[in-house]
Amino acid sequence: MTVTVILPRSLVSLIPGTERTTKVDAATVREAIDQLDQLTPGVRNRLVDSGPVLREHINVFVDGTQASLDTPLRADSTVHVIPAVSGG
Amino acid sequence: MTRTLLLVGTRKGAFILDGGSDRRSWAISEPLCEGWPIHDLQWDPATRSIYAGAGSPWFGAAVFRSDDLGTTWTHSSEGLTYGDDGPKIPAVWNVTPANGSIYAGVEPAGLFRSDDGGATWSHVKALRDHPSRQDPGWQPGAGGLICHTIVPHPTVPEKMWVAISAVGTFATADGGATWEARNRGVAACFLPDPHPETGQCVHKLVMAAGEPDSLYQQNHCGVYRSRDAGVSWEDISAGLSSEFGFVIGTHPRDAATAWVIPLSNPEEGRYAPDGALAVWRTRDRGDHWERQATGLPQDHAFVGVLREALSVDRGNPAGVYFGTSTGQLYSSTDEGASWERIADNLPPIWGVQAVEVD
Repeated sequence: MTVTVILPRSLVSLIPGTERTTKVDAATVREAIDQLDQLTPGVRNRLVDSGPVLREHINVFVDGTQASLDTPLRADSTVHVIPAVSGG
Repeated sequence: MTRTLLLVGTRKGAFILDGGSDRRSWAISEPLCEGWPIHDLQWDPATRSIYAGAGSPWFGAAVFRSDDLGTTWTHSSEGLTYGDDGPKIPAVWNVTPANGSIYAGVEPAGLFRSDDGGATWSHVKALRDHPSRQDPGWQPGAGGLICHTIVPHPTVPEKMWVAISAVGTFATADGGATWEARNRGVAACFLPDPHPETGQCVHKLVMAAGEPDSLYQQNHCGVYRSRDAGVSWEDISAGLSSEFGFVIGTHPRDAATAWVIPLSNPEEGRYAPDGALAVWRTRDRGDHWERQATGLPQDHAFVGVLREALSVDRGNPAGVYFGTSTGQLYSSTDEGASWERIADNLPPIWGVQAVEVD
């Protein structure tokens, strides 16, 4: 199913070829990230830590609800990737 | 014409300062590496590449690379992992080109190697397999359990030293297949047994010019020298204002000359003693030290200097540079006799590396 992934500006500026908004075919958050990594290698390593799990300070929301790698997607889901409000 | 560049790693990005051919005025870049925390930058003369070891609180550990003196950068952490069952790696603390490969020291302490210019990485597993990691165990220092220093042998590719806080120095003579602890004579003054085989808090390890078996280290518990490739060490702290400090640098041609920046005792601030900032130089392998403070602030300068933040160029006389944890960058073009502040108001400086480029 086709879903829309919205990446943070800080990731788009880091990895050439990425776009703020990308449509991919995926059934879970994990698959969506893997699809993005196919399009622009390196995305997965920035979002996913060993485990595998989402990095501690990376939040993913599916249709407005906080998600994990295994969260299922629906057709036309919107996946927001948002760095945590942390740091100094 | 040869120019001197300073590659500066900070908590909020890398910066490059261009000192031209005379090292008298310095043009400073905008923040580089997307503002990532940068622990260490190194220059690979073989490929004219800059490498930066980094760790973002959001995006994890990575090594950045620039092939155009910092104008554009790529990055990778492919393979920079202990596996899905292993501990997470938050940061690369050191990146060192050697013999056509790139080595990365990471947190928690371990060593990785890239044979394709930093695109992919493989774990030099034998270091973490050293029996001391199980017994008595590897304990972190205040900065974490970090492999922060990599010293390749200049002519024998199979030989290398690494330093880990707070575990000590290790050496390999077979390209990383096996490692041996090299801490005899180095105190672990914070442990009940002050002379264990491992557990020493080495802060920085450097090699003397032209003498691969002559090493110096600034340790939590003093400054030390070795004339036998680290097999045994001798305390050379006498005469310094403090045993404690992080940085140590060696002269590009004189094996007897080194610089340190003593800081107040670890439980008493870890800043310039009495608020008077000074570099100390030895010209006789640590038998004697001289205080070098001309041009450095001597009142209320309660600044720190962290482990990668001193570098010596190859000029004649040699230039010495250091950055503070409060964002000042100092330069001496007369081997420490006089100093000038060449940048201020930078983010906290973690690494300084002087390089000469054509």
